[in-house]
Amino acid sequence: MENRTLIQRMSFLWYGLDPSLGIILLCLIVVGNITFLSASSGTVVTWVEQGRNILMALLIMWVTSRVPIKWLEKVSLWVYLFGISLLVAVALFGQIKKGARRWLNIGFVIQPSEIMKIAMPMMLAWYFQKREGFIKLWDFGIALCFLLLPTLLIARQPDLGTAILVLAAGLYVIILAGLPWRFIVPFLILGCVGILFILIFGDSICAKGVTWPILQSYQQHRICTLLDPSSDPLGKGFHTLQSMIAIGSGGIFGKGWMKGTQTHLEFIPEKHTDFIFAVYSEEFGFIGNIALLVLFLLLIQRGLQIAATAPNLYTRLLGGSVTLIFFTYAFVNMGMVSGLLPVVGIPLPFISYGGTALSTLGFGVGILMSINRGKRLVQT
Amino acid sequence: MDLHQDSNSPLENFQSRIRIALWFVMACLILLFFRFFWLQVIKHTKYSTASESNRIAIITTPSPRGLIIDRNGIVIARNFPSYSLEVTPAELNMPVDQLIEDLNSVVRISPKDRLNFLRSLQGAKKTESLPIRNFLNDEEVARFFSRRYAFPGVEIQVRYFREYPYQQLGSHLLGYTGRVSLKDREKLLAELEESQDDSISDELRPMKIKGIQQVGKIGLEQSYEKELRGTVGYNQVEITAGGRVVRSLSSTAAIAGSNLSLAVDIRLQYLIEHLYGTRRGAAVVIEVATGDVLAFVSMPTFNPNAFVDGIDADLWKKLNDSPEKPLFNRPLRGTYPPGSTFKPFMALAALEGKFRTPEQGIFDPGFFKFGSTIFRDDAKGGHGYVNLRQSIAVSCDTYYYMLARDMGINAISAFMKPLGFGQLSGIDINGEVKGILPSKEWKRAYYSDPTKQAWGEGDTISIGIGQGYNSYTILQLAQATAILANRGIVMKPHLVKMIEDPISHEKTLTVPSETTRLTLKKDNLDAVTEGMVGVNQSGTGRVPFAGVAYPVAGKTGTAQVFSLAGKDYNAGSISEFKRDHALYIAFAPADKPKYALALVVENAGFGATAAAPIARNILDYLMLDSWPEGVPKWKTVP
Repeated sequence: MENRTLIQRMSFLWYGLDPSLGIILLCLIVVGNITFLSASSGTVVTWVEQGRNILMALLIMWVTSRVPIKWLEKVSLWVYLFGISLLVAVALFGQIKKGARRWLNIGFVIQPSEIMKIAMPMMLAWYFQKREGFIKLWDFGIALCFLLLPTLLIARQPDLGTAILVLAAGLYVIILAGLPWRFIVPFLILGCVGILFILIFGDSICAKGVTWPILQSYQQHRICTLLDPSSDPLGKGFHTLQSMIAIGSGGIFGKGWMKGTQTHLEFIPEKHTDFIFAVYSEEFGFIGNIALLVLFLLLIQRGLQIAATAPNLYTRLLGGSVTLIFFTYAFVNMGMVSGLLPVVGIPLPFISYGGTALSTLGFGVGILMSINRGKRLVQT
Repeated sequence: MDLHQDSNSPLENFQSRIRIALWFVMACLILLFFRFFWLQVIKHTKYSTASESNRIAIITTPSPRGLIIDRNGIVIARNFPSYSLEVTPAELNMPVDQLIEDLNSVVRISPKDRLNFLRSLQGAKKTESLPIRNFLNDEEVARFFSRRYAFPGVEIQVRYFREYPYQQLGSHLLGYTGRVSLKDREKLLAELEESQDDSISDELRPMKIKGIQQVGKIGLEQSYEKELRGTVGYNQVEITAGGRVVRSLSSTAAIAGSNLSLAVDIRLQYLIEHLYGTRRGAAVVIEVATGDVLAFVSMPTFNPNAFVDGIDADLWKKLNDSPEKPLFNRPLRGTYPPGSTFKPFMALAALEGKFRTPEQGIFDPGFFKFGSTIFRDDAKGGHGYVNLRQSIAVSCDTYYYMLARDMGINAISAFMKPLGFGQLSGIDINGEVKGILPSKEWKRAYYSDPTKQAWGEGDTISIGIGQGYNSYTILQLAQATAILANRGIVMKPHLVKMIEDPISHEKTLTVPSETTRLTLKKDNLDAVTEGMVGVNQSGTGRVPFAGVAYPVAGKTGTAQVFSLAGKDYNAGSISEFKRDHALYIAFAPADKPKYALALVVENAGFGATAAAPIARNILDYLMLDSWPEGVPKWKTVP
């Protein structure tokens, strides 16, 4: 009896935690840890560090999942404004590392752009919630302005990876909020045509002396090396070429845990951060990749399911956007490591090393769980 | 404006968008699935290979190149260690252009070095060590060491280079080594593929070739490349991307190249080259019993040491453009009309074919009339009555005009062919040319104009005195003389006598036995030999061979380079390169021949005055070991 009451008393700890999300997350974290151990070549110190990051992320997730979603909704605007002011502060007094002004020293160093990944969908979801029932076309215009301001600030730092994620997060909200298809379809077509154009005329537009409009020369170079990594095997193409070799040489069953030669002989750059997927892929092969794709699909499916049945517009939009951001992380990262997309600094969610990204992701999962809990509360 | 014109509620609308989003997500993940399928299943072999060649590096140990030693044990091609400045691109902390510029302020990097380095950089692994400057002297080494901290990735290494201690001596027979060119690399690759060496995998074979630092480009260095090179040793190691060696996978020690023991007597070679001085020409001396080539002279020579590290463009141009053609291997590739040196072979042909007997004589009025054409004899007014022996001794043209007419071209070319005229001798150096043994078939094939293809009877007449279409190498002439001296036994001429195994020191003869034996009658051979002995006793060679202490058979020759079109020959009025070539063939001792020789002095006029004295000195050296005054004594380089 004593035990049972203890369990009952303890039940607030897991009450409302979504079991399927929890299991998927646990699987991803286990996969990530195993891979990380190999990527860091068994150096326990960094592994412990990563363990600390994971615990931190889980804590954030847990705390967030306890927070009633109403509260989040209320602070959305303030979080957004706070994020914007931090970004402005970065632009004015930020620290410069590796040629980019991304960090702010407020006693400890933070990267404000990271906050915007969640603050952005919160803000837009809040806005559409405010306008629910009266949404007009110009509302989308206003939402776009809210979106473009931080995106441009981040892109200017420059931090293309985060800018893409923030932009995507905002766009997901706008599209889910019901942006008419006639505004979406032309952009989709334009995008497809652009990609086709680059694929077909890649050789001539990447020829020496050709400069593209709009894009910076280093961005042009990145796209060109993507089209043909062997054109610059020791320079910009090195990362992609080596990670493709790692993936390809893994074959169907992989080289086995801790046996990836590309990894252990230092051919994979950023092997425990952005390129950790190459390590995983080399050691666990095609079978391992399918398993990982399935895990991500399950995660997204569950997230979208939560969003689809969420109680109000704010939670639906936020849940949907957060889930799709997980997808964007995973797709862009795996696409870039396997040579489908240009190299941008986007980690593989729950697997890449890095405290900030993990915390953000934990926060995101926490939001989904909170939404799910709130829904049950509403239903009961 | 209502954005939800359709009848669906906002929630249903949202849910349909969520479904679309899920489809989109699935489409993207399927795209990734196919990408992985492409990389990991379809292209797996390609990437697996790439990963292996990433992982494995081959560190080669060069095999010391075999020495080239003359018949008396004098080393004439050897290796010397020298300091090289080498760069490992992966370890550099600055761009290559910057590096070259900075290095140049410490040790001189010439534009040529720079070019060579940039060339070797292409297609090389970043972790490979590549030479940027060779032959550093002690001062340069010291200077570099004092600034070494500024150049990570740059090291001083000892490399072995080929050295020819006697400089230009025997340059045409030795040839030279040089850097491995792209063409050489292809050849080496093909060779490796044939060798079926399965100690290393296919992908790694090209790396093994990189251990070969030099290859023979010409001469013996080239034709005995395989023997001289030995086997490059290698250590197959696992490396990191930064080039750090993780562990050794397998290794094989280098095997030194075989030493070549030459048939050539380098002192004789030296003597002959000095006797030529600044004159141009070719000389080949053969030991008749063995086919050993004792001297293989081509004048002028060049310094092969200049080629070892890549020749300087100016020097190359100078050598290549010189009208004296110092790079031209004359005994091997130069063809000359043999002139009167052809007569002893014609005489033997006459006897063997029973066209003449030794005693049968003709009357020489000083010319020979064939149809309406007059063929003149050298001696104005003629030699009067001459038999076969005298015809050789006094070099009577008319005798051989008549003989040629009587024999006809078919009989002449049929007899000359087994003696090696117009045939490859098979000497062990690449690039030999055939020359021209005139025949009806040859002429038909040679001229594309049908009106010129038919053999005219008149064509045969001057063949008899070694002119006309006759065109042979000095090597062929020496070989034919050797066969004559050797009484029909054919030994393949060879510059390398033995190949010495570097491990067992076992020596193998390159030409252990005779090739063929021609059936020649002793009496006929004796008659021709008598005639040739007469040359040096009372004939055209009597002055240079005055007082000779051993019996010697010889024949002078003067070959027309330029048709005089009936005019008298006057050396002074003809430009130097069109003057007659002086030739001489000889063997000694005449009664029991040991040595045979043939030589030409280009554009030097009469054989008796220009060529025979050189032959006399050669034979004196061989027979009596006497060294002519005026030629500096031989000094062996330590």
